[in-house]
Amino acid sequence: MIGLHDATVRFGPRAVLDRLSFSVARGRSLALLGPNGRGKTTALRALLGFQRLDSGSRRAPPIVGYVPQYASSNQSYLVRDVVVMGRAAGLGIFGQPRPADYTAAAEALARVGAARFASHRFDRLSGGERQLVLMARALATGADVLVLDEPGSALDLHNQSRLLHLLADLRAPRDRTIVFTTHDPNHALAAADDALLLMPQGPPLFGPVADTIVPGALEQLYGVPMRLVELPGPDGAPHRAVLPAFAGQRAA
Amino acid sequence: MIDAVGDVTEAVVTPRGWAGTAMALTLLLVGCVLVSLCVGRFAVSPQRAIEVLWQALTAPGRAIEAMDERIVLLVRTPRVVLAALAGAALAITGAALQGVFRNPLVSPEVLGISQGAAFGGALSIFVGIWGLPLLGMVFAAGLSALVFVGLIARVDGRTEIITVILSGMVVGSLFSALLSLIQFVADPNSSLPAIVYWLMGSFSTATWERVLIAAPVLLAGLGLLWGMRFRLNILSLDDSEARSLGARPDLERWVVFALVALVVGSQVAVSGIVGWVGLVIPHATRLLVGHDHRRLLPASALLGAGFMVIIDTLARTVTAAEIPLGVLTAIVGAPVFALLLRRHFGERSSS
Repeated sequence: MIGLHDATVRFGPRAVLDRLSFSVARGRSLALLGPNGRGKTTALRALLGFQRLDSGSRRAPPIVGYVPQYASSNQSYLVRDVVVMGRAAGLGIFGQPRPADYTAAAEALARVGAARFASHRFDRLSGGERQLVLMARALATGADVLVLDEPGSALDLHNQSRLLHLLADLRAPRDRTIVFTTHDPNHALAAADDALLLMPQGPPLFGPVADTIVPGALEQLYGVPMRLVELPGPDGAPHRAVLPAFAGQRAA
Repeated sequence: MIDAVGDVTEAVVTPRGWAGTAMALTLLLVGCVLVSLCVGRFAVSPQRAIEVLWQALTAPGRAIEAMDERIVLLVRTPRVVLAALAGAALAITGAALQGVFRNPLVSPEVLGISQGAAFGGALSIFVGIWGLPLLGMVFAAGLSALVFVGLIARVDGRTEIITVILSGMVVGSLFSALLSLIQFVADPNSSLPAIVYWLMGSFSTATWERVLIAAPVLLAGLGLLWGMRFRLNILSLDDSEARSLGARPDLERWVVFALVALVVGSQVAVSGIVGWVGLVIPHATRLLVGHDHRRLLPASALLGAGFMVIIDTLARTVTAAEIPLGVLTAIVGAPVFALLLRRHFGERSSS
């Protein structure tokens, strides 16, 4: 369970977040969408406790598994040593990871399917591989809340698909809370139960994906005509997809 | 020792590789110490030096009479111990600061601690204070430099890395200016040469008494930094990542800084300012054992100690007079650092 209540953040006179309230229950997954500059990142930082709130409150467990969009530069550590950092919260300033912590790190790496990188250098991996490792680090914290900052934005289609499968996979047991920001409504359709749309004008829209990831709301959100289409998926069942009609194309 | 132009070695160190590297560095240090105990104006054979040390360890109460015994035990050993401690101290603090600042060009001098400590020492010599009170002054001035940096860098209850570096520069320049002022007004016949020589750094005044003064605080500080070796890995990440992993980087950085101030203060107090070691040794060590602080700190300590012992041996044997340490570390350190720098950026652009 994680959420904000009446959260307001001001940068100078401008309220980036204006009395924003939402919460995500255990077992559910939330996608956070919004145009650039509408406070998506600020909302995420506020949710993680990195951004001081001018008013309002935050509800979150002490440790939240956080997957940054990009990892810190200069991380020339081995992947296994990066993932074991997820155990730091339980170790204190002078603590050293024990074999049990390395076991947890190895399990987390296996969970995201990155076990084969364990003894590679993190800074020599590709962007998609790094993101998997950061995901493993977040899982290794043992937190039951995962927060991901634009997890798909720097990935090619293959890696996006792999990531969405992983997110859906992590959601399936319904024992975690997952929050992620994205620019692609299809990511919300693929891996989220609820969506929070930070509208350019007016109050944010919060609700189940079926009610919020719809052409009307998305057209308001991005100012681009949108079409919702149903396509047969690889297993024959119908899959919904959202398409933008860029540059006057007659979409779908 | 360091192949600066060859292929970029993978810094993937297996546990067995690490044990071998640690062993090799330890042997290197032992070799440096032995050489330093033997060479000099009064040469002692290695067998005799080991014999003398062994006798001193097994029968501590024994009277020291023979000339070679006196030289090894009362002149060279305290000097070697002090040099090794100073080298280890500079290398570990440099490695820790480079990690915390996420910047490989940082060394203990950036926080203004060394300059503060130097000012404290020069002031003591200027007013005619020597011995233990001088060490106290050096220590207090080094710590107060850190406190000033902390006060300036703290904005809205938080400290950013860049403000710490800039504040360190400001405080360091201020103390350098005050130091110049003292040199300007100092008596050119007595206190000025004493200040200048002290500032250039030397272990020539090493005695067991000095070792006992410097060692406790220095070793305690190094021990605590060593205890933080895994935390330093966390603190080397961006603040938001470190926070999400349960660390409080803006607070824990100051724990590291305070420990560095303690260690560098004790080192400057007994041997003056010795530049370059804290910058070059961690760099060279990273090429050998990788970036993980759990290996970087002990390996830097061994390499730094060995390097300092050799530099000090050169300082007292190359010419009839003692060459100031700072001169030698700069002459060796600057070209090595230039090579490392080229290699560092070469590796970056190729990866």
